[in-house]
Amino acid sequence: MTSNTGTFTLPARVLHWLMAILIVAMLFIGVGMVASVSERHEWLLAIHKPLGIAILLLAIVRLAVRLRHPPPPLPADLPALQKLAALASHWLLYFLMLAMPLIGWAMLSAGGYPVMLGASLRLPPIFPTNAVAFAVLRQLHGWFAMLLFLTFLAHMGAALYHGLIRRDGVLQSMLRGAKKLPPVEPVDPS
Amino acid sequence: MHAPSSPNSQARRIGSWTLIATAVAVAAVSFGYVGGWLAPHRLTPEKLVDQLQDNAGTFAGYRRNHAKGVCVTGYFDSNGHAQAYSEAQVFAPGRTPVVGRFAIPGGNPYAPDSSVPIRSMALRFTQANGQQWRTGMNSMPVFPVATPQAFYEQLQAQQPDPATGKPDPAKLAAFFAAHPETAAFRAWAKTAKPSASFATESYWSLNAFVFVDAQGKRQPVRWRMVADTADAGDGAGKAGDANYLAADLSQRLTQGPLRWHLQVTLANPGDPTNDATKTWPDDRRTIDAGTLVLDATTPQESGACRDINYDPLVLPAGITASDDPLLPARSAAYADSYLRRTSEEAHLPGTAAPQPEKQP
Repeated sequence: MTSNTGTFTLPARVLHWLMAILIVAMLFIGVGMVASVSERHEWLLAIHKPLGIAILLLAIVRLAVRLRHPPPPLPADLPALQKLAALASHWLLYFLMLAMPLIGWAMLSAGGYPVMLGASLRLPPIFPTNAVAFAVLRQLHGWFAMLLFLTFLAHMGAALYHGLIRRDGVLQSMLRGAKKLPPVEPVDPS
Repeated sequence: MHAPSSPNSQARRIGSWTLIATAVAVAAVSFGYVGGWLAPHRLTPEKLVDQLQDNAGTFAGYRRNHAKGVCVTGYFDSNGHAQAYSEAQVFAPGRTPVVGRFAIPGGNPYAPDSSVPIRSMALRFTQANGQQWRTGMNSMPVFPVATPQAFYEQLQAQQPDPATGKPDPAKLAAFFAAHPETAAFRAWAKTAKPSASFATESYWSLNAFVFVDAQGKRQPVRWRMVADTADAGDGAGKAGDANYLAADLSQRLTQGPLRWHLQVTLANPGDPTNDATKTWPDDRRTIDAGTLVLDATTPQESGACRDINYDPLVLPAGITASDDPLLPARSAAYADSYLRRTSEEAHLPGTAAPQPEKQP
């Protein structure tokens, strides 16, 4: 079942693995800081905000790369339901990696907080000050974080399933470049 | 590539599934631990705020502590003296607008003003560059405890006994015996009387902070707002009035603005910055940074202070947190309280319904 139909481009793979590290770290930082009263609360919060903006910028670049270089097709023999799950979960991940930083930014704006990325770097508000909107956005930020973590678990589980059980090249397409596919011979008789 | 159902490949398949399940489980359990759901003994902001609710009751839409208060507005008039120590714009000569709040401690927004001898002042300074300085101060020179854990234990000891409606004296005694650091606060509380006015009180930052100048030099500080007003007032309407503080404040403001001086005390090297139960020696240099002028008051239900979380770690460039462990705990617990009360305002599912406003 070596239905290798191609791989992700190098920029797509670099962005994928970089953002995988950043987003998983971000999820742990987020739940860790709101569950802590120690000095961890402060330094995690200090990382959380600039890291969120970094993820937002990377997600925009990644979306552009994705639209320019469509990913390799899924194996032809993959059941329709699994194909649908793959498609839906990938677009859910894109939606959440863009929405989460924007909701966080809007939520601080609505709460009347200055959106500080460091000691003196301040972003402008992107939402009018409104306590009710703050509450809705803040709750949404928490629920979407849970949804993002569950989607990450499913994504990781599915990737390992492709790599270890089906061994159909899907995991490989994010791990390796295209050079492996038709091994390039130094002398090509044709 | 895989030949189905040979015993070898069967074992390999089981191994693969085990590996996948383990990877997912390790990620999920780590997340649960970091998020506190699988670490029930960790002190969390949620536990602190739950305990505040256990002690005072749940009053939807109100702050979980210092629930009873009034909004004020005015400005800070800086004289430039603190500029040598902090690059914060608020300390450059000139005015910075302020939205503030006077309150009394406790989670009950209907508690009589005479029920506690402590008054509090919270301020939000909005600098021209958009950065903010928020501070919450109390009318006492020291805090009873030095750590979030001790504060939590104090709240637990103060929880009213359902039988009497009052804290169990034995539990309180046991708490104070176990926490000798409360001695300075208790000595102050013994002589403290509930004041008849917010205007005559001075308010201490309690926690230490660090001023940072334009060159990045750090200077640990504490500050206090020292009242210009000394006369105790005529005490009119005090007898039988549970809300005399708000009435006194608006009565005074009809006659003109009220003033405080911002006194910033500079620590000497070695002065403790992580212990709010200890004052610094009296001979420490203190600078007068300017005058706080408050000229209007509104009820908190409709005032500009209602939707402000006076998180003491919302700080402009030029002021940073010290190593005082109470500061991150205040910040985290205030955020939790703010989320609860704004969610109640938004009528989000699962939140308590706001009570109709009680008229005094």
